[in-house]
Amino acid sequence: MSTARIVRAGDSVLIIELEERIDPTVNARALAVADAVQARRLTGVLDVVPTFRSVAVYFDPLRTDYDALHALIEREAAEANPDASLAPTPLRIPVCYGGDLGPDLEAVAAFASLSPDDVVRLHSEGTYRVFMLGFVAGFAYMGIVDARIAVPRHSTPRVRVPAGSVAIAGVQTGIYPAETPGGWHVIGRTTVKPFDAARADPFLLKAGDAVQFYSIDRAEFDAAPSEASPEDGTASAR
Amino acid sequence: MIGILRVIQPGMLTTIQDHGRWGLQARGVPVAGPMDPCAHRVANALVGNQSDAATLEVTLIGPELEFEDERVVAVTGAAFQLTIDGRQAPHAAAFMVSAGARLRFGSREQGARAYIGIAGGVAVEPTLGSRATHVISHMGGLAGRQLKAGDHLPLGDRTATRPLSNRLLAGAAPPLPAGRATIRVLPGPQADYFADEALDVLQSAPYIVGAKSDRMGFRLEGPALRHERGADIISDATPLGVLQVPASGQPILLMADRQTSGGYPKIATVISADISTVGQLAPGDAITFAVCSMGEAVAALIAQEQRLMALEAQTP
Repeated sequence: MSTARIVRAGDSVLIIELEERIDPTVNARALAVADAVQARRLTGVLDVVPTFRSVAVYFDPLRTDYDALHALIEREAAEANPDASLAPTPLRIPVCYGGDLGPDLEAVAAFASLSPDDVVRLHSEGTYRVFMLGFVAGFAYMGIVDARIAVPRHSTPRVRVPAGSVAIAGVQTGIYPAETPGGWHVIGRTTVKPFDAARADPFLLKAGDAVQFYSIDRAEFDAAPSEASPEDGTASAR
Repeated sequence: MIGILRVIQPGMLTTIQDHGRWGLQARGVPVAGPMDPCAHRVANALVGNQSDAATLEVTLIGPELEFEDERVVAVTGAAFQLTIDGRQAPHAAAFMVSAGARLRFGSREQGARAYIGIAGGVAVEPTLGSRATHVISHMGGLAGRQLKAGDHLPLGDRTATRPLSNRLLAGAAPPLPAGRATIRVLPGPQADYFADEALDVLQSAPYIVGAKSDRMGFRLEGPALRHERGADIISDATPLGVLQVPASGQPILLMADRQTSGGYPKIATVISADISTVGQLAPGDAITFAVCSMGEAVAALIAQEQRLMALEAQTP
């Protein structure tokens, strides 16, 4: 593919950059390249990190056959477009929208010239692709959010965004796995934990997953166990 | 035999570090690990540990520690005045600490970060395969935080029981910078996002390590680097040692606790062989950047690795 290029970051990272856009097809190709590199288990490869439209391969330059790594990546990037369609059964995540759990819902509504209910409807109607994880452990960058509610980041980030906050930044949406600073508009909160080091699988999501959000009221939020149970077919059922 | 290390005074920022939490950046997990990987390895080698055993990373102001049982200990990296129960102890050499004795850090002479290698290593429970502390996300180490007075750290089975000969130590780690360092970089991964002259500007004058610098990254103050294609990119991976440049044009040098991804273009990357030198810089120190070739970068890394492996080969 003419738009793909392989670049280096220093002496121990190789990066393949695909087309410069946030697009499921481009992302699916990046994930396919990353999977192929992981599967090959080349000596010296330390980490394989797919993002929206690139894959970074971290390697030990003294123990890696660089030419073999380069050839493998070039070959995989030239493969036919992988299937970018989402899983038929998305992971469903409950969200209590607005109020003190979603302090920016009104601001997003004002930005969109819509009612808060319309914002909730638009956010929970979409089926989102997990494009990549980053920022902190388990933070999934999901998209693509309806353009009408694609509000930009706050100009000054909040010092503390509570764990479980569901937020929007442009066409992206995400769940804060831990209390951190954050610049995204927080529209609600979930009881599901995107990251829990003590859980058998600490990570709820991986790149390529499909996610839907659904609205719950405050009473349901307060009554929910800290994590949806396997029986109810939601988050931890997978 | 399992021992306990008691923290009497924690110092400014003392954390448990091993070689880092590799393999999970695709899930957003930062690597962490030592800011000066060479000094960390030397500390382990001097006390007979494997190179990935956990050491204590000391920052600018050192701790006071009490050992429950007799241990071989070595302090590498930044040079501090060291005493054991009031008697002077050597820097960058292994020594015995007897049961009940206190190791105390005094004034700092050179460098920013010291590593305390302890025979048997610090044996806290690993998180996601690593003991490295990532303070920002409260992961690893002891409860995911820096050490505080009153902490008790478990130590592993003693490896060396007497100090190792130090004859190969000289030069195993790069020399400590004295307030300034020349750091070699390779252009990219996104040098083409910048104006043509930006790489020359980067090398034209020293950059000062800013006051807000930490284990995540060094905020540098110096000649502004001009973007050609805007200061925002679609978020991608942020390797160790990259110089990412936000709209201000002032670069941020990403270090051990960096996030796994970021949305600023990256003009150049510090070569692996010079990372340890960067890790020894403190706020106010000056960096002069010099672009080098891939051949020079790899040759420097090979030379560094050979010195470290020669030392590690002495491990009992």
